[in-house]
Amino acid sequence: MPDTLYLVAASLAMFAVTFALRALPFAALRPLRDSALVAYLSRHMPAGVMVILVVYTLRGVSLGETPHGLPEALAIAATVILHLARRNAVVSILGGTAVYALLVNLVFA
Amino acid sequence: MFPLGAAFGLLVVQSGLDWWWALVLSVLVYAGSMEFLAVGLLVAITPLPQLALTTFLVNFRHVFYALSFPLQRVRGRAGKTYSMYALTDEAYALTATRPGATLSSARILWLQGFCQGYWVAGSVAGALLGSWLAMDLLGLTFTLTALFVVLAMDAVRVERDLPTPVLAFICAVLALVMAPGELLLTGMGLFVATLVVRFLMRKKGDDAHA
Repeated sequence: MPDTLYLVAASLAMFAVTFALRALPFAALRPLRDSALVAYLSRHMPAGVMVILVVYTLRGVSLGETPHGLPEALAIAATVILHLARRNAVVSILGGTAVYALLVNLVFA
Repeated sequence: MFPLGAAFGLLVVQSGLDWWWALVLSVLVYAGSMEFLAVGLLVAITPLPQLALTTFLVNFRHVFYALSFPLQRVRGRAGKTYSMYALTDEAYALTATRPGATLSSARILWLQGFCQGYWVAGSVAGALLGSWLAMDLLGLTFTLTALFVVLAMDAVRVERDLPTPVLAFICAVLALVMAPGELLLTGMGLFVATLVVRFLMRKKGDDAHA
């Protein structure tokens, strides 16, 4: 377990970076507006970064061993279908998690 | 906001951190997806430079919010500072789409305050519930995967650009194979590099047409 000093320093580091990203652009509106690269990156980064985070959260899943990542695949499918049908983030996330919890606790236990 | 905050609070406690870290992270970091991600990174005692770089890449989208968020309508130094600090995806979505003239300073600040209030209250409630249950809820970590799946779908829906998520997926799988211990930064580094290359190629194409 991490100690308190590390957790405080880590929280402050994340605070500093997040606040800087939110506040500094207001001081540089003109160069920002003029930079085509910044516009391109901030338009295209979110979707890609989220996909990378999905893979990151699944890095421990072993496709070679039973159940071959099946609970994860089914739960992601449930999340996607719920989100296409309802477009409600809370419903999709809690619904997908419920499907996953049922699968690992009852079906693949 | 409240149910997602509660899921975050539960995750904090389930990961072995004390319940009040849910409060500290919700107030200090106050960026939903980064908070969820931070729990695992903190428990793994990720070095601070890596943590800072990850925060930068995950939250980079905020840079562009400044262009259309009506900060000029918020009065006073303290008000403006809070407004910038609490400029989350939700606050941006609720303000930037409306004509700036209809939003008063007080209205923007109250709106941001309520957003944060719901989030912080949810995370504390979830953390307290988790400590009270005091048992392992197997499968709860999937909340994180589901959250990122939903955020990816929303982002793709806005941009209607399929090559980006496909390229990102390839970068992530490459990183998983090449550097499994450094998947996050390697994958994001590769992805940003491909975006810059795509941008330069497109620019070159435009110049050739002109």
